[in-house]
Amino acid sequence: MIDLSLLTDGGVGWLDASGPASHLVLSTRIRLARNLSDHVFQGRNSETEREEILAAVEQVARDTTLLRRATKFRLDRLDRIDRQLLHERHLVSKELAGLDADGRVRSGATLLVQDRIGVMLNEEDHLRIQGLHSGFALDAAYAEADQLDTELGQRLAFAFHPEFGYLTSCPTNVGTGLRASVLIHLPGLVLTKEISKVLQGLAQVGLTFRGLYGEGSEVVGNFFQLSNQTTLGSSEHELLDHLGKMVRQVMDYEEQARQVLLRDAPAIIEDKVWRAYGLLRYARSLSFEEAMNLLSGVRLGVGVGLIPDVAIYMLNKLLVYTQPAHLAVAEGVAPDEADLPIRRARFVRKVLESEVGRRG
Amino acid sequence: MIFCDQCHEREAVIHLTQIVNEQVTTVHLCERCAAEKGVESPGGVAKTPLGTFLAAMGKGPPEVTPAPRSPETCARCGGSLKDFHESGRLGCPDCWHSFEAPLRDLLRRLHGSTHHLGERYGDMVATPAGERVRAADLREQLRLAVETENFELAAELRDRLRVLE
Repeated sequence: MIDLSLLTDGGVGWLDASGPASHLVLSTRIRLARNLSDHVFQGRNSETEREEILAAVEQVARDTTLLRRATKFRLDRLDRIDRQLLHERHLVSKELAGLDADGRVRSGATLLVQDRIGVMLNEEDHLRIQGLHSGFALDAAYAEADQLDTELGQRLAFAFHPEFGYLTSCPTNVGTGLRASVLIHLPGLVLTKEISKVLQGLAQVGLTFRGLYGEGSEVVGNFFQLSNQTTLGSSEHELLDHLGKMVRQVMDYEEQARQVLLRDAPAIIEDKVWRAYGLLRYARSLSFEEAMNLLSGVRLGVGVGLIPDVAIYMLNKLLVYTQPAHLAVAEGVAPDEADLPIRRARFVRKVLESEVGRRG
Repeated sequence: MIFCDQCHEREAVIHLTQIVNEQVTTVHLCERCAAEKGVESPGGVAKTPLGTFLAAMGKGPPEVTPAPRSPETCARCGGSLKDFHESGRLGCPDCWHSFEAPLRDLLRRLHGSTHHLGERYGDMVATPAGERVRAADLREQLRLAVETENFELAAELRDRLRVLE
């Protein structure tokens, strides 16, 4: 079993709700895709080459300010449950964790992580630098990722083309290699059925959305990851500015939708959020999806001031700790244990009870 | 499924919202009728999966000036365009040079551009490794400048390359 306490904040600092606009935005992620010019891309390289890449990056990472004290996780040497744990904490992609359909983890798959910044090695690209911040913090998250990119780039030879920019194994990431994502909670737009219009609008301005866990994941609990679709033809700052502007607009729409709900259907909305709270507080069995949806309802209730005395931070924590691997580890059982929904409900009840107790 | 307002047969994929005299109207069109009306979907690029682009590569209408022929395989990694079509991934950094012309075409469709406008790697790197990259960068720019007969730029690039080497 891996010891996540090795990480200063357990690798979940991003959910402490301390960042800007935390009532709507859970986290901001920046990812920069980079490859070493003297190695072939991941799909064509051998086990030996992946080890070389890992050794080369790890060595220079120790000379950087941001990864000097990095914790190293070799995914290829971890049990599935530990890999799943790192994935549920949003520290590694599904691909790196070997949780894709074929369920195989690639040799050399590694995460170096220190505080809010890390680098995935031997992912689709040799390096995936990533920063994860609490709340809506595009500039701060980018500044850190950019600093690490510069520090690593001074010590390694990155594959770069004068016309195409940073070269990646997939053309969808070439150029800046930058994918910026904002994980945002939009229950108001979902309830007012405005969400598809908003998402369609975002697609028309070059943005895309994904579910809670990024690429290929479904939307659960009304959480959407909004990110830039293109990586080439605009500078990093233009891409960030554009995404930032659009996210701010979506936040305005969400606030408006909430006001409309409170104005036009106050009784329905009040019933809905308290019902969600009641179920979480007293249910005896909860599937992950149901828990997510109920947490979404309570979060909305807290956001519009209907439910007092529940901290957003606690809701964020529940979001992570009720996931299968987290719950299984906490309970000391297998993640496919049949009574996991019962254990989940018990866990949620306990956390909510202590929250109420704490606040008197 | 929303049907096309024009032909009432095919699925509408383009939803055009117009505001005329403060009246908002939305017209739903299928791809064919939209094309006939000269409407292009700015979201079309973003919504179509990469696979469609790859499948369409090389099948588009012939260009007026044919692009230079790409080699069958990449000299460095042995990867071919066919491999790329199948996996969606390139084999190595040199594939970007080997298959430059078809890739440029793909990038235009994926990103609406072929030119990187972000941070330039060589500029920030003052180490031997960085200088190698910067020199390669300059050589490539020089080649392009000569190819496009921009001799003033070529002379400047050659001078910069000399200093570096």
